Amino acid sequence: MAFFFEVLIGGLLSGIMYSLVALGFVLIFKASGVFNFAQGAMVYFAALAVVGFIDKGVPLWASVILAFIVMTLFGIATEKFVLRKMVNQPPIALFMATIGLAFFVEGLAPLLFGNDVRPLDIGLVDEPIPAILDSLNIVVSRFDLTAAGLAALLVIVLALFFQYTRVGRALRAVADDHQAALSIGIPLQHIWALVWAVAGFVALVAGMLWGARNGVQFALTFTALKALPVLILGGFTSVPGAIVGGLIIGASEKLAEIYIPPLMQSVFSGNFGGIEGWFPYVMALLFLLVRPEGLFGEKHIDRV
Amino acid sequence: MSAYLSVNNVEVIYDHVILVLKGVSLEVPQGKIVALLGANGAGKSTTLKAISNLLRAERGEVTKGNIEFQGRRVDQMTPNEMVKGGVIQVMEGRHCFAHLTIEENLLTGAYTQPLSRAQLKQSLEKVYEYFPRLKQRRSSQAGYTSGGEQQMTAIGRALMANPQMILLDEPSMGLAPQIVEEIFEIVKDLNSREKVSFLLAEQNTMVALRYADFGYILENGRVVMEGDAADLRSNEDVKEFYLGLSSHGRKSFRDIKHYRRRKRWLA
Repeated sequence: MAFFFEVLIGGLLSGIMYSLVALGFVLIFKASGVFNFAQGAMVYFAALAVVGFIDKGVPLWASVILAFIVMTLFGIATEKFVLRKMVNQPPIALFMATIGLAFFVEGLAPLLFGNDVRPLDIGLVDEPIPAILDSLNIVVSRFDLTAAGLAALLVIVLALFFQYTRVGRALRAVADDHQAALSIGIPLQHIWALVWAVAGFVALVAGMLWGARNGVQFALTFTALKALPVLILGGFTSVPGAIVGGLIIGASEKLAEIYIPPLMQSVFSGNFGGIEGWFPYVMALLFLLVRPEGLFGEKHIDRV
Repeated sequence: MSAYLSVNNVEVIYDHVILVLKGVSLEVPQGKIVALLGANGAGKSTTLKAISNLLRAERGEVTKGNIEFQGRRVDQMTPNEMVKGGVIQVMEGRHCFAHLTIEENLLTGAYTQPLSRAQLKQSLEKVYEYFPRLKQRRSSQAGYTSGGEQQMTAIGRALMANPQMILLDEPSMGLAPQIVEEIFEIVKDLNSREKVSFLLAEQNTMVALRYADFGYILENGRVVMEGDAADLRSNEDVKEFYLGLSSHGRKSFRDIKHYRRRKRWLA
């Protein structure tokens, strides 16, 4: 039984890492109704910025602040040069713009900060917590737990921000109807620059945690792919949905990896490893059939 | 009385090629309700959007003429500056935020206003006083409310910005006559009690002229007629072409083919 819980907890914690990436998508989707294809590239860009500054001899804390400033500037520039021309265009046009942006960022980031794989040490070690190991005989990684705590904090803050603040309400209003938001005097430009900056911040947190675990490299852009099933499960428009979706995906992929192959092997012969890689996408697919808006997503409201 | 809002000889071109307004001039005096009448495509909405500066988001542009509000030129401002300056548009088709509750919709209207929590509550209460029905439905998502309630939400949302002038685009669209009447009553009420001036684009000429003080008739991007609402109501041309009445009272549709009055303003 201890083994089951170990797998489950490991899965939940790694799920939180997916949630962190998914969160960036949700933010931008909520504020502009657009799937931001460049989110993975932003994660890469942010992580690379941090190690880039560290390479130049800047201490870690200052590098993080500098990287945050870079991401904020990036958000403002995106609004100014890309989104401003896109007001009132169909979502597909905006989506295409983010694809272009993704390629641009993937090219720009290594140009600015170098493209070799580099480690990122943020002072967290990936080792079991002794207290839990002794009392319950379960391995829980200190790194994972800290990352999960950080993600949870971020989510609570963002959820409260969206629900109860003036700017949060304006963000949701913009997502529903650009034009109506303009008509009541919500300055679309500020709102978009702001939300891209916040998404940049989330990308920074995700990039640092993923980078600290796997090294800062181009493969970080693919974390976005991991976020996709999380979004489908949790709903594109829900901050809590991103977390719950991440937990479900993380836990189920790890459990499937452990428990499905022996089952399959008892019926068919052959090797059934690597389920972890595709299991989330199958779950997402099944979910799309049953509940296309996701667990917590906004239902599409149509007047008939 | 000097003009409060004046639109002077404005020409609007969409997408650099489509000429929609061909020199429209009109005035709204302070504290009055002015109706802008005309058929589909006459340029009513475009005129309102030119004033509120929502035009640029639709690739439209004021290429000639100017617009003044309280003696200041406003045709190059942003919608945000216009709302802060006291002019707000309620768009055609209501455009509520479907996933926000009624109350949240109203609160977004106060975005431009630096209000404290208590003041915000006070403005909300004021809107609820004019639209008691919204208070009952305050926590339902706007997308699930009726057309009339959505129109009320849209007007209420604009009120939250504490405007001096509301540009109201086609409030009667898709609503039952009884609801239309109710909404116009509230508009009249707002006009007399809150001293909000209105510029009202309407196809429903009959109702609009009943509530307005003054009217303009637009056709093909030009003002073809203007006058006091009462005068317009009794004008033979307006009766014939916009109210469906002739000098012998209501006319049967069967007779329309036989005799058609010539529009005198085309002469």
